[in-house]
Amino acid sequence: MSSLPDLVCPAGSLPALKAAVDNGADTVYLGFKNDTNARNFAGLNFDAKTMAEGIRYAHGKGREVLMAINTFPQAGRVDHWRHAVDNAVDLGVDAIILADVGLLDYARNKHPQQRLHLSVQGSATSYEAINFCQREFDIRRAVLPRVLTLAQVENVIRNTTVEIEVFGFGSLCVMNEGRCWLSSYACGESPNTVGACSPAKYVKWDKQPGAMETRLNGILIDRFADDEPAGYPTLCKGRFDVQGETYYALEEPTSLNVLEILPEIIRIGVRAIKIEGRQRSPAYVTQVTRTLRAALDSLRDGAGRYQVKPGWQAELAKVSEGSQATLGAYNRPWR
Amino acid sequence: MSAFQIPKFRLPAFVATIGSRLPQWPHSLHMAAALNLVLKLKLLPEDTLTALEDKLFRVHVRDTGGIAHYTYRDGLFRPVFQPAREPDLAFAANLSAYLQLLTRQEDPDTLFFNRELEITGDTELGLIVKNMLDAIEFSQLRPRLPGLPLAGH
Repeated sequence: MSSLPDLVCPAGSLPALKAAVDNGADTVYLGFKNDTNARNFAGLNFDAKTMAEGIRYAHGKGREVLMAINTFPQAGRVDHWRHAVDNAVDLGVDAIILADVGLLDYARNKHPQQRLHLSVQGSATSYEAINFCQREFDIRRAVLPRVLTLAQVENVIRNTTVEIEVFGFGSLCVMNEGRCWLSSYACGESPNTVGACSPAKYVKWDKQPGAMETRLNGILIDRFADDEPAGYPTLCKGRFDVQGETYYALEEPTSLNVLEILPEIIRIGVRAIKIEGRQRSPAYVTQVTRTLRAALDSLRDGAGRYQVKPGWQAELAKVSEGSQATLGAYNRPWR
Repeated sequence: MSAFQIPKFRLPAFVATIGSRLPQWPHSLHMAAALNLVLKLKLLPEDTLTALEDKLFRVHVRDTGGIAHYTYRDGLFRPVFQPAREPDLAFAANLSAYLQLLTRQEDPDTLFFNRELEITGDTELGLIVKNMLDAIEFSQLRPRLPGLPLAGH
């Protein structure tokens, strides 16, 4: 049924891409092996050979491929990002996900036929911002930052003809997407500049008797007892001493999970649901994709008898960061 | 995914007690041989293999007491029987976690978050190794290894 939103799944490697396609993704998104995308982690992403094979595999099964070029061109190296855009067009991807307005302008003028999406890193939270990008760059879809309530998402959808994509599952951070410099504060590098939050070369996991300490560029950001779940080594998920109390002062390690509100997301007209996690393994992609696929398929005949199956929640809870899930901003009472 | 699911288990403590007293060199030998097989099949990305050159790795199976040390040098994985220094990268987990990883039943980040997999040493090297293993196309390996419960994507 055409009213179901597309399921957009992460692919950090060829096996992950195939896992997404084989388990029910309508669309996969990926990136080059460099700093033009916000998951520029050592050993991750696609080289020319695996990229071509991945695109061929997805297209062969009737699925779409989106290329994330969602970091910001750095001074003196703008051509590097422009080449990535040209490359993506040559590869025949179905859309390019861009964050930087300069790059959007370049892509629109150089490749007038190429479908463009506005990345979550573009930080557009209002329909005015989205409509601006539609008018100037003819974007067809915008990925909303994870800061809006469901009512706010609905308001955006009512006031734009741009397709709206929202996040459905994955690790949460402080969600100041596209504007976060916390990682740079600790180590001088951040997603916007090098394509990675808390790059691994700055991370140290120190095993101590009865505990494990996490340091980012020497700064102690957390200490886990042996029976405590761990989280990603980012500043926003650190535990800090604030006025004599040590706690998650910015954000707890947790994952977004929209299973409970899936019928509402469909009702308000969301066009695509995105799963976070290009840095995760094929096993994660398999588990999350098939779970979201099953949930979406159960809504094909309407939301009347929709029920979140315990098995779905168990599968997602297992792969969640911090082993806990939240509806995030979607059901936040305050504005 | 394979229909066969590996449960989470922990072998009785006496296994590790005995296992840790047995010679460890066969583990290193087998580990290096297995990695070289994958290497020979050209399933490891060459651009990231250079990052492994001369690095010392340790794989500790907690509940069997088995410890394997190996390195990568001049295009081959080589067992290290008497490591003279701390490893650059060390993994520690129970046997079931390794089996779940090998069969792609579980995600390494999940096991790490749940404290079932311990990774210490050079974090970037750890990420490179993790992503390298994730990028192996098991579907190309499986026909050559009949009988192993490898997931075929």
